[in-house]
Amino acid sequence: MAMTATADRAHADPHHIGVVIEHPGPAPKRIVTAYGFWVFLLSDIVMFSCFFAAYAVLADQTAGGPKGSEIFDQRNVAIETVCLLLSSFTCGMASIAADVRNRFWFYLGMAVTCVLGLIFLAIEFREFADLVARGYGPSRSAFLTSFFSLVGCHGLHVSAGVLWLLTMMAQVFAKGFRADVLRRMMCFALFWHALDIVWVGVFSVVYLLGSGT
Amino acid sequence: MLGKLDWSAIPFDQPIPLIAGAVVLVGILAVLAWVVVKGHLPYLWHEWITSVDHKRIGVMYILLASVMLLRGGSDAIMMRIQQAVAYQSQGYLPPEHYNQIFSAHGTIMIFFVAMPFVIGLMNLIVPLQLGVRDVAFPTLNSVGFWLTATGALLVNLSLVIGEFARTGWLAFPPLSELSYSPGVGVDYYAWSLQISGVGTLVAGINLVTTVLKLRTKGMNYLRMPMFCWTTLASNLLIVAAFPILTATLAMLLLDRYLGFHFFTNEAGGNVMMFMNLIWAWGHPEVYILVLPAFGIFSEVVSTFSGKALFGYRSMVLATMAICVISFMVWLHHFFTMGAGPDVNAIFGIASMIIAIPTGVKIYNWLFTMYGGRIRFATPMLWSIGFMVTFIIGGLTGVLVAVPPADFMLHNSMFLVAHFHNVIIGGVLFGAFAGFEYWFPKAFGFRLDERWGKLAFWFTFFGFYVTFIPLYVAGMLGMTRRMQHYDVAAWRPWMLVAAVGMAVLTIGVICQIMQIVVSIRNREALRDRTGDPWDGRSLEWATSSPPPVFNFAFNPDVRGEDAYWDMKAHAKQQSHEHDAPEYHDIEMPRNSPTGFVCAFFATIMGFALIWHIWWMVVLGGIGAFATFVVFAWRDHDEYVIPAEEVAAIDRVNLAERRDLVSMAGTV
Repeated sequence: MAMTATADRAHADPHHIGVVIEHPGPAPKRIVTAYGFWVFLLSDIVMFSCFFAAYAVLADQTAGGPKGSEIFDQRNVAIETVCLLLSSFTCGMASIAADVRNRFWFYLGMAVTCVLGLIFLAIEFREFADLVARGYGPSRSAFLTSFFSLVGCHGLHVSAGVLWLLTMMAQVFAKGFRADVLRRMMCFALFWHALDIVWVGVFSVVYLLGSGT
Repeated sequence: MLGKLDWSAIPFDQPIPLIAGAVVLVGILAVLAWVVVKGHLPYLWHEWITSVDHKRIGVMYILLASVMLLRGGSDAIMMRIQQAVAYQSQGYLPPEHYNQIFSAHGTIMIFFVAMPFVIGLMNLIVPLQLGVRDVAFPTLNSVGFWLTATGALLVNLSLVIGEFARTGWLAFPPLSELSYSPGVGVDYYAWSLQISGVGTLVAGINLVTTVLKLRTKGMNYLRMPMFCWTTLASNLLIVAAFPILTATLAMLLLDRYLGFHFFTNEAGGNVMMFMNLIWAWGHPEVYILVLPAFGIFSEVVSTFSGKALFGYRSMVLATMAICVISFMVWLHHFFTMGAGPDVNAIFGIASMIIAIPTGVKIYNWLFTMYGGRIRFATPMLWSIGFMVTFIIGGLTGVLVAVPPADFMLHNSMFLVAHFHNVIIGGVLFGAFAGFEYWFPKAFGFRLDERWGKLAFWFTFFGFYVTFIPLYVAGMLGMTRRMQHYDVAAWRPWMLVAAVGMAVLTIGVICQIMQIVVSIRNREALRDRTGDPWDGRSLEWATSSPPPVFNFAFNPDVRGEDAYWDMKAHAKQQSHEHDAPEYHDIEMPRNSPTGFVCAFFATIMGFALIWHIWWMVVLGGIGAFATFVVFAWRDHDEYVIPAEEVAAIDRVNLAERRDLVSMAGTV
C-alpha cells in the first residue's frame, strides 16, 4: 500500500508546470569527451586565477628591485600577443580541416600553429633570460616571483600544448581521422583557445596595467 | 648521482619508525610472495591492477583507504599515549618525532583515508544508481586511483627514508620554508599531495561528467538518488578547489626549490597569502568529504525506514546551497589573523549560515524516519549515531564561528575536538555506513551483523570517551600539538582520552573481525537476489556483484526511487519482463596505463624529493611515453555477445522473481 502511494507521488510531480521532459539517456562519446575536457579547462583556469591573485597581492612588493614599468617591453609583448591570437585562428582552420578530413590543410594549419607557438615561446624565453641576466630573476623580489610564476605557468602550458600538437599531427599521420583522434583534436583545440583567453588576462593584468604606473 | 640521498637518510638511531617500517615491509613481501607462489599474480594483474571497471576501482580505493586508516590510526594511538604520559616529562616520543606523527596523522587521514574512501564509494555506486555501464572516462579513472596510491606510497616511504614534515598537516610557512625546514619532510608532504591531487582532480572531472552527461533514459535531475546529487556537489567542489591546492603547493615548492618569494619573510613575500589560498581549498575540502556522507545517510535512512526520502527537493537545494556557501567561509580558519571586525563578522555570519542547510538535512532525515518501519541494521546504526554526534560537532562549530569565541579557542584542543567530532562523526561514520550498506552489492554476500553492531557501539562510545575530554582540556586552555605539558588540570582528561582511544581501537578490531568472519561464512551470508535490503535505487536492480556491464538494458526511469517503482509495477503486473531481446554490449578494454603512469610518477616524485634530476627527467619521459602508447592503441573496446548477456541476465531475473512477490512486506 505504501508502495502505491510512492509511485503515485512520483508521477504526480506537483511542482512542475505540466511538462516533464524525459531525459533521453547517456550522451554520445563526442559530447562526453568535450564536456569532460571543458570541466578540466575550468579547473585549469581556477589554477591560473590563484597565480593571478598572487600577482595582484605581490605586484607592489618590489623589495627595492625594479617595478613592472621598468622591465616590460611593449613591442615584444605586442608581437607575442599577435602570434598567439593568430595561432588560435590557424588552430581553428586545422580543426575545420580535420572535420572535413582534409589532410593537407590540417597539416598546414597545425604546422603554422606550431611555428607561431614556438615564436611566442622564444620571445618569452628571451625576455626571461634577459631579466635573469640583469639580476632581475624571480628570487629578486616577491613582485618578480609572482611575475615569473604567472607568465611562466602560461608558458609551460603553451609548451605542453606544442608537445600535444606534434603528437596530434603524428597521430593523424599514423591513424588518420579516426573518431577517437578527432575527439582528441577537439580537446586540443579547446586547450589552445583557452590558453589564448588566459593570455588575454596576462596581457591586460600584467603588461598593460603594469606598464601604466 | 643520487642528489641529497645517502645512508644518513635511514633513521638507524630511531627504533620506532625502523621497526614499524620493517614490519610493514615484511608484511608486504609476505603478501607478494603468497600472491606469486599461489599463482594469483596473473589474476591480480588482469582483473584488478589493469582494470578500468568502475566497481573494481572503487573497491581498490576503499582498500587503500582501509589500509591507510590503520596507519593513521597507529599515529593517533601514539599521540594519545604520548599526551597521557608526557605530564612534566618528555614522554616516549622526542619532539621532532612527535611533530612528524601529528603531521602525518592529519595528512594521511584527510588525503589517504577520507578522500579515497568517499571517492571509492562514489565510483562503486554512482554509475549503478544512474543506470549506466561505466563512468565517463574509465581509463582516466584507473590513472586517478593509481596516482592516489602513489601519493600514499610516498608518504609512507618517508617513514624509513628520510623524514616527514614537522609542520602540521597544512605546512604553514614560514615554518615550512627552506630556512626553517631544511630537510626533505616538507618535500615528501608537498610532492605526495601534488601527485595524489592530480589523481583526485581526475576523479572529480570524471564523476562530474558522469553525473551530468551519463544518465539512463528518464533519469532527470530531480529523479536522481540523493547520493548522486551529493556526489555531483562534492565533485564540483573538487574541480573548483583542488586546483587551488595544486597552485598553493606549487608556490611553496618554488619557494623551496628555486628561491622564490611567495611566502618568505624576506623580499616582500606574504605568509598570510598562504593561509588564504590553502584555506580557500581547505574549507571546501571539508564539504567534499562530508557531502557524499550526507548522500549515504540519505540512502540508508530512506531504505531502512521503508519510506521515500522526506523533502527530496529541499535536500537537493540544501546540498547545492552548501556547495556554494562552502566557498565563502574560508577566513574563519584564521579569525586571529587580524583582518578586522568587519571581515571577521562577515565570515562568521557566513559560517553560521551554512548550518541552516545542514539543519534542513538533519530534519529531513528525522522526518524520513518518522512513521517509518525502521530496521536497525548496522548501516542504520551508523546513520543514527551520526545524527547525534554530528549535531554536537555542528553546534561546537557554530560556537567557534563566532569570532570573539574563536579568539579564545583558536588552535586549542577544543578545535581539535570539534573537527574530529564532525569528521569522524560525519565522514567516517558515513563511510562505514556506506561500507556496510553496499558491501553486499560489491561482493555478493552480507557482512556479519553481530560483529558489525559491536564495531559500531565500541566506535561510538570510544569516540565520545576520546574527544569529549579534549573539549574540556581546550576549555582549560590546552593548545593543540603539545609534545609535553606541565599543567596538572589537563592530566586527568588526557588519561580519559587515552582510555577512549583504547575503546576506539577495540572498535577497529571488531571491524576487522567482522570482515574476517563474514568472508568465512560467506556461503551462509550469500545474497542471490542482488537486493538484500529491499532497496529503492537502481544499484539494487542488478545482481550482486553486478556483471561487468552493470545492466543488460539501460533501465527506463519514470520517477524518484526508480527501482522501488519497478518492484511496485512488477508486483501489480505479477511479472517483471516479457522475454526481452538482448543485444551485444561494448565495454572498454582493461589497460595498464594507470599503473604504469603511477610507476613513473612514483619515480619522478621520489627523485624530486631527493633532488635526483636525471631521474626526474626519466620519470617525465616515461609518463609521456605511456600516454602516447595509450593514445596509439587500435582496439579500446571489446564486445560481450548477446547470448552471454542473456545468460547472465536470466539468472539475475530468476533470482529476483521471488523477491518481487515479497516486495514491500519485509
